Formats: sequence, structure tokens, C-alpha cells
Amino acid sequence: MSYLLTCPNCGVREVNDFAFGGEVSARPKSRPTFRELNTYNYFRRNVAGVQREWWFHRSGCRAWFIAERDTRTNEVLSISRPGDPKAPS
Amino acid sequence: MSRLPEQPGERINRNRVISFTFDGKRVEAFEGDTVGSALYAAGRRTFSRSFKYHRRRGLMCCAGNCPNCIVSVDGAPGARACIEPVRAGMRVEHVNAFPSLEVDAMSVTDKSGPFTPPGFYYKTFIRPRRLWPLYEKVLRNAAGLGRLAEEQPEREWRTEYRRRHADVLVIGGGAAGISAAAAAAQLGADVVLVDEGPEPGGRLLVEESREEVRTMVQAAREAGAEIIERGSALGFFDGLVPVWQGDTLHQIRARRHVLATGTIEQPLVFAGNDLPGVMLSDGARRLAAMYAVQPGTRAVIATTSDRGLEAAIALHATGVSVAAVADLRATPGAPASALAQLGIEVLPGHTVIEARGKKAVSQAVLAPVEGGRAGTTERTFDCDLVVVSGGAIPASSLLLQAGAQTRYDEALGHFAVTDTPEHVAAAGEVVGAGPRDAAADSGRLAGLQAAHALGFGDVDSRYAEHALGDAIARAGDRRAPVAVAPAAIGVDRGKCFACVCEDVTSKDIGIGIAEGYDSIELAKRYTTVTMGPCQGRMCQVPSVRVMAQQTGQSLGDVGTTTARPPWVSVPMGILGGPTYEPAKRSSIHGRHRELGGDVRWAGDWRRPYDYGDPQAEALAVHQAAGLIDVSTLGKLLVGGPDAGEFLDRLYPNRFSNLAPGRIRYGVISSDAGRIVDDGTICRLDDESFYVTTTSSGAGAVEEWFSWWLADWGMRVRLTDVTQGLSAVNLAGPRAREIMSAVTDLDCSNEAFKYLDAKHAQIAGVACLVLRIGFVGEVGYEIHFPAAHGEHLWDALLEAGKPHGLRPFGLEPQRILRLQKMHILVGQDTDSESTPFGAAMPWIVKLDKEQDFIGKWALEHYDGEALETSLVGFTMANGYVPTEGSVVTDGNGTPAGQVTSSRYSPVLDRVIGMAWVPAALAKDGAQITISDEGRTTQGVVQTKPFYDPEGEVLRS
Repeated sequence: MSYLLTCPNCGVREVNDFAFGGEVSARPKSRPTFRELNTYNYFRRNVAGVQREWWFHRSGCRAWFIAERDTRTNEVLSISRPGDPKAPS
Repeated sequence: MSRLPEQPGERINRNRVISFTFDGKRVEAFEGDTVGSALYAAGRRTFSRSFKYHRRRGLMCCAGNCPNCIVSVDGAPGARACIEPVRAGMRVEHVNAFPSLEVDAMSVTDKSGPFTPPGFYYKTFIRPRRLWPLYEKVLRNAAGLGRLAEEQPEREWRTEYRRRHADVLVIGGGAAGISAAAAAAQLGADVVLVDEGPEPGGRLLVEESREEVRTMVQAAREAGAEIIERGSALGFFDGLVPVWQGDTLHQIRARRHVLATGTIEQPLVFAGNDLPGVMLSDGARRLAAMYAVQPGTRAVIATTSDRGLEAAIALHATGVSVAAVADLRATPGAPASALAQLGIEVLPGHTVIEARGKKAVSQAVLAPVEGGRAGTTERTFDCDLVVVSGGAIPASSLLLQAGAQTRYDEALGHFAVTDTPEHVAAAGEVVGAGPRDAAADSGRLAGLQAAHALGFGDVDSRYAEHALGDAIARAGDRRAPVAVAPAAIGVDRGKCFACVCEDVTSKDIGIGIAEGYDSIELAKRYTTVTMGPCQGRMCQVPSVRVMAQQTGQSLGDVGTTTARPPWVSVPMGILGGPTYEPAKRSSIHGRHRELGGDVRWAGDWRRPYDYGDPQAEALAVHQAAGLIDVSTLGKLLVGGPDAGEFLDRLYPNRFSNLAPGRIRYGVISSDAGRIVDDGTICRLDDESFYVTTTSSGAGAVEEWFSWWLADWGMRVRLTDVTQGLSAVNLAGPRAREIMSAVTDLDCSNEAFKYLDAKHAQIAGVACLVLRIGFVGEVGYEIHFPAAHGEHLWDALLEAGKPHGLRPFGLEPQRILRLQKMHILVGQDTDSESTPFGAAMPWIVKLDKEQDFIGKWALEHYDGEALETSLVGFTMANGYVPTEGSVVTDGNGTPAGQVTSSRYSPVLDRVIGMAWVPAALAKDGAQITISDEGRTTQGVVQTKPFYDPEGEVLRS
């Protein structure tokens, strides 16, 4: 695995500057069944295609962001910050 | 000595003689020599013994491709003498021969040839099974490419990575590569050129004068290209090309690639084709042109193309007497007429069918080839050099790794590259653009195209690109025709090696096919052809030809084995590289050294394990006071209007209701309900909390917090102050008195209660003081700006002197905390541990109104019967079970494990913690511990061993 990723704060960096946070999955909003909970905890869709995923700029600004990446080609289609803080204080 | 007079292309400095040793004997060389050229000049012909038959092998390719000259240099095996530059004092030794290169006992295997067919070892030594370890030992000694010294203190090797982003990466610094780099750089592109030769130039180094080559390279350099000399591109990984150069691994990422990797000259397969003195034409020319070493006095030359004819002319010019030239083509190429003028006989349609000689070549037999077989009108020539040229195959490995395809070219008798991917251009002889001027043109075109594709250049340069493209197209294929060599010839006269690395003959491949290994990938694995050090450079095509001949398939149908990285043998140290995780040291580190601390690794940190006597240090904490550096704790400031709620969502217990100035213990759990980390949380004021984490978990907790913060988007600020703040823990019955000597803060138990946090000036430094009790005595954990580390440490030690204060290290702290059954996350827990199992149900507040991480899982586990539980235990017999020992159930089945165990000096007992079956998790239960065969008994205890009710802590 070797490609470039663009940190929204720092710019283009080698991918091994970053830590992978896995695919973006929604945490259940209300009490899940045990099966739903285990699915959330342990199962991944593992798509061959475009995936929304978390990245952490571990060797840089230490910010989390979301990338859309084609898992087949490692082409990164977009980079975004998770929802902006409502009212930064 | 066989040095020639000065050659136009020579790269030796005759004014500087340096010496090294080979097998203990002194060898003289010129600066610029390789180990191989110096040894050859000194008369050495045998450089190694072969892998299986221990046959003599000498220089063949002189380009680092073949395995024949592998030696060990200063104890490190695997160096190719022919490309290893000489250094004064280097220690070169032969490999794979005993007792010496000249007298090798194992060469008897050569005479017993019929008994060592492919698979011989697997078939013969498989039974009886129990003897395999013995067989293996003997066989390992018999075959191999050198030995790695077991102890290598002198070989500590510092390597580094370098990342390089460029517009264009050109691989291969021959005529094509240099032209490509210059053309792209002249248009303004950021260009890197990588070349693995002794200096850039490729074949120009033997064909041109040294000045001419250097002028070309200088032009590329002046245009701005970075030139990485003596660097090997190891592979092609999604556009990232690692290049090994000395101690550096360059990780080069370019937007466009030009691969000008050239060709690899092929040997011919005939009887005795591995004898010392049988040399590739390029190898012989390299020795003469670059190192002014005469490869022989009388040569016979066999070729399938003009390459061998040109070599004959060049060798003749250096004074080698050329006895005869066999050109496999019915009509020899143009240079034949020049040879005729020199009085050298060229035999059309002929090839070499046998090389004879004991220690080296003394005779060569030439014969016409009729229908793939040797004709009867053979002629024998006395000679000490047989120069062979079996054509040239594209060095296409990197192109194939990049996604190109190959197709068998009938006319050329090799696999040509087709369908290069979009961002990768191929130039020069690797794609058939030759000879020299055509190669340079194709390189220039590729360089212009690459730069233009990236937006460099202007109308003029684009016009030039098109004009050049048209000219190249008009010129067409300018290569002279070649003949395709027979798969093997002279097989009834002696061993014909298809693969010199692994000693695989053409017959061996035939035996493999007869046994059913009739595809090239299977034959490779069975006979190990192409799996040796040359990685197919010398044997891919010969083995494919043998297979095609014997199976009746076409070469195209046989195909090739997959091209894989690395392109050259590469030391593991270069790939391992540095980790860039420097050791962390606290601001007090120097004092620990001065105090004689036994400094060891603790995660990334360097920490004192003790100061000489861990037990006495632990006792001092109980009897007087101790001071420990806990700067390694992770420290996070969590601030903002939502800070309390944020922590409530992250921890199973509550923090929003924590009063300012108070402290609460917290365990972080994952959404699966497993313990992730623990630490103390102190509320500084309404909107700010000071969170400490374990030393090893500091980074992970910060990532965890910031991840959830990113997801939830709350009004919270996170600041990691782990490195900015230092911390020490002052603990013991005299701690309060010591504090009163260094601070005005009222430290009475009424004013500063257990789990209170206060700001105070201590020895003039603004500190945050947490009254917590990790080690079980009255304790003050003092956090302060790291810059004051040594000052505060000194002040506390000084104030504590009259009270018997001692510094204590990590080991006594582990004893002290174990006495209190304070868990160490990661030591006493693992990724399966829940707070319930770890006997901390009180930490989980399932009645909390809002959701928190792990809530649903913990709700599920709450009340569910536990399989195992974490408890304390004591040992009646004084035995300290190894941490990790197995706790067994009544039947001897493993049912848990010991996680911590120590001798407690204050209790004079062995204590520990262990996961035990839930049924045994009660005071007084007997547990059976199996410690690597030793079985022993412990008694369960669920309350802390020391001060079980915490009265000391609160006093």
C-alpha cells in the first residue's frame, strides 16, 4: 500500500504519515440488539470500490478527517473534515 | 598481471594503489577497481564454488547479474565481487567452499552427478523423519551462499529513508535514460535519474571514452536532474519506487516514469558453459574497457548477434588474439567484414558446443548447427577465453511490475514488452530502441513526452517532440537481425547449465518435466531454476527454451514466471530502516542516571527500573517516603462548555458531577465493553478537566478522544500536555512533612483530603498537586512545567533528606501497586477484559441518563455469569510464579493465567494477580498454577493485600 493522502490541514503527505481509522460506520442511535451491537463492533462491509473512511494524521497535525477512497485503485476522491464544531470556544 | 595500457574509458586511478585481502592474502588494486577486476588482474580465475556441484566458477557477466563471483565482504555475505568497489583494508572471503576455493571437498558431488537430480534432497532425506534435523544440518553446510555471523557487534548499521517527490523518475542511466532525464529537465520538470552502474552511462561506459559519457551526464545534471548513482530501483509499487543507494532507501514518487532499464546479455547453453574463462561479451569488454584488465590472451567468440562481433573487434584492439568467431546466423552481420579485414575468421551458422579445461577453459569446440543439433564438422581451438553472446533480453522486471505485458517475439527469440501503462514510458533497448543513437532518440522522446504531459514546455518543444517522433517512426527498427540459440547443445558431452545459480542443467529440467512439472511455474519451484541470486536474469530464457523444446510447446505458450520485487538482492537492514520513534526521556532523566538508575525501555520511554535495590526502595515508601518520576503519564486538558458531558460519554462513570478540585478514577471502555485504558480525572474548574492516562496509552487515548470529538462535534478543546508537563509522586508516611518544607500549601488531612487537587507553589514552581494513592501510602502527585523537572526533583530530595526520602523506580512501584491490587491495563487486562471481569463493577454507572461508549455492551454483560475473574492471590510456599503462568481448573485444563506476581517485602509474602475461573474468585479458594511444568498452589484474596480498607491512604 503506498499512495498519497491530502490532510485538510497539512496538505499532501505519504499515506504512512497517517493512521487508518476504518470505514465510517454509524454508531447505533438507540439501544441495539446484541446482534446489532456485535455487527457494529466487529463487522465491516469491506467494499471493493469507493469507501468513506476515517484517517488520522498521526505524524502531523493529529486531526481526524474523512476520505473517500476507491479501495481497488487507492485513488482518493475527496477529503473532508467531520462536521465542524458547532461553536468553537 | 594482465593490466592493459591506458584505455579511453578506464575508470581506475593508476596513481593510487590500495590493498585489501582475499582469503587472508593481500591483493593490490587501483582506486576505481572492483574486487572482481582487481582479483582478475592479479590472476585469479576461480571466484566461487557452485551451489550444488561445487564446480569452479569465474567472472561471467561483470555486471552484478550472475552469481559466479559472490563473496563475503567484511563478514557480510552476498556481495558481487564484480561490482563491489575496492576499499583499502576490506576483508574479502570466498563462500561455499571447504576447506578452500582451490581444494573443495564437496566437489565430489560433481562427479556423482546422476545421483543428484532435481528433488534429490526431498526424495532421499525424507526418511526416516527423525533424522531430518541431522540431514538438514549437513545439507545446510553443503549448499549455500555464505554464512551470516551469529555475533555481529561491529555490523551495527544505521540506515535511513528518504522520501522524494518528483515530476519524472527515469530509471536506468544509459544513452536512453540520460537523454530522457536531460530532455525533461531542460523543459523545467523536476527529474530524478537512477542508475545502478558504477557511474551513469550504461553500455556507453564500455563503448565510449570516459569524457564523452561524463559530458552527457553533466548536461543532464546541469539541466537540473538529480542523479542517484549506484542506486538500484527495487520495485514498482503503485507508482512508488524504492531505490537502494548505500545506506539510504530513497522512496521516490513521481508523476511520470521513464524506464530505460536496457537489456541483459544472455549466455549460451552448451557443455561446460560454466567453466571459468567462459564470459559474456559485455563482461569481457567491461573488464577491458573500464578496468584495463585483459580478460584473456587467446579468445574464441560465439554469438547470435552483432554484439559478439563488436566484442571481437574491441577485444582484438586491446591485444587479445581472437582464434575464431562463431556467428550462429547464416549471414553474419555487418561487423563481420571488419573482422575479415583484421584476419579473423568468422564461421557462419556455427556455435560453441563445448568448453574444455580442468580449472579453467583451455579449449573450445565449434560446430555448425543443423536443425538445432551440432553438425559433425567440429573444430577445436586452444584458448583461455570463450566469449559468448546469446542475445539480449529486455530488463523488463520493473515495467512488468508497473503493469506492462510481454509477448514472445519469434524473430528476436525473447519476450518483448508490450502495453506499458499510461504513466509509464519505456525507452531505449528495453523496448528495442537501439543501437546507441536510436536509444538516445527514444529516451529524448520519452523525456519530452513526460514533461509535456505534465504541462511543461512550449510550442517549440512540442513541435520538437513531434518531429522527433516522426523521425523515429521513419527510421523504423534499426536493429541488426539476430539468431535464436538452441535450447542446449552438446548435451552428450558434459553438463550444460541452464541455471548457474542453482546448478540446474538442461537435463534436470527435462527430468522435472518427465516427473510432471511441465509448466514453467512448477518447474521453477521443483528445480529451483530462476530462484537463485540472479533471479532469472541469466536463466529465464534458457530454461523457457529447454522447456519449449522438451514439451513441444512454443516459447510464447511456455511463457515466463512472474516478475516480482526486489530487482536486486537487498539487505534487510535497508528495508527495515529507522523507525523514527525516538526514545522519550523525562526532563528529570539526567538525575536518574546520576543516581545510578537502571534505565530501561518502557514503551517509547527510557525509565529507571530501580536505583539499585527495589525492595529497599519499596520499604522506604512504607517506612519514610519515596519519590518517583511519573512524567511518562499521558496528560490531557479537556476544556470547554461540553467538557463534562464529553467525559460522561467517554467513561462508564460520571464526571459532570465531579466537584472542582476533586479527583475520580476512570476506566475507558470500548463499545465492545472492553477495557482500553485507565487513569485519574481531576476537575480544575467548571469547564476544564485534567485527564491522566497510562504511560503507554497516552497517544492512543488522545487519538480516541479526538476521534469521538471529531464525530460528535461538541464544544470541547483537547490539549495534549504529556510532553509539556512533568510529574513526580511523593508518597509515604513522611510525605506530608516533606511537603510542608517546600510549600505554603496546607497539607493537613482536613485541608487537603484524599482525592483533592490543589494548585500550589512548590519550591517556587506553580504546580498542580493531586492527592492520590497509586502506591498505597499518603501521596502527592505533583504536575508542573517540564522545564522545572530537575529543580523540583532536587528540591524535594533535599527537603526529604532528614526524613529518609528515597527515589524509587518502576520496579518498586510495581510491587507497591500490586499490594493495593491496582491494575495495570495491558498487564493485568487484555483486549477481552471487561470492568466486570476485572472486579471493578463499581466503575460502571449504567444508571447514567446519557449514552456512553461501551454502555450497550456493558448492559449486556452486567449480571451475566463471568467465566473468569481477576483476583489477588498469595503463595504459601514463597515461590514467585512467572507472569503468564497458567491457572488450571480441577482437571488440569488451562482456565486462566497469572498476570502479576512479586515478593512483597513489607508483607514478607509472595503476592500476585490472576484471572481465575469465576467459581474460584472468592477469598480462601485454592488455585493451581502451572509454571512451565512446575505445579504449585496459591490462595485467592479479593481485597487489597496492603491497607485493604484504605485507611492509610485517607489518613
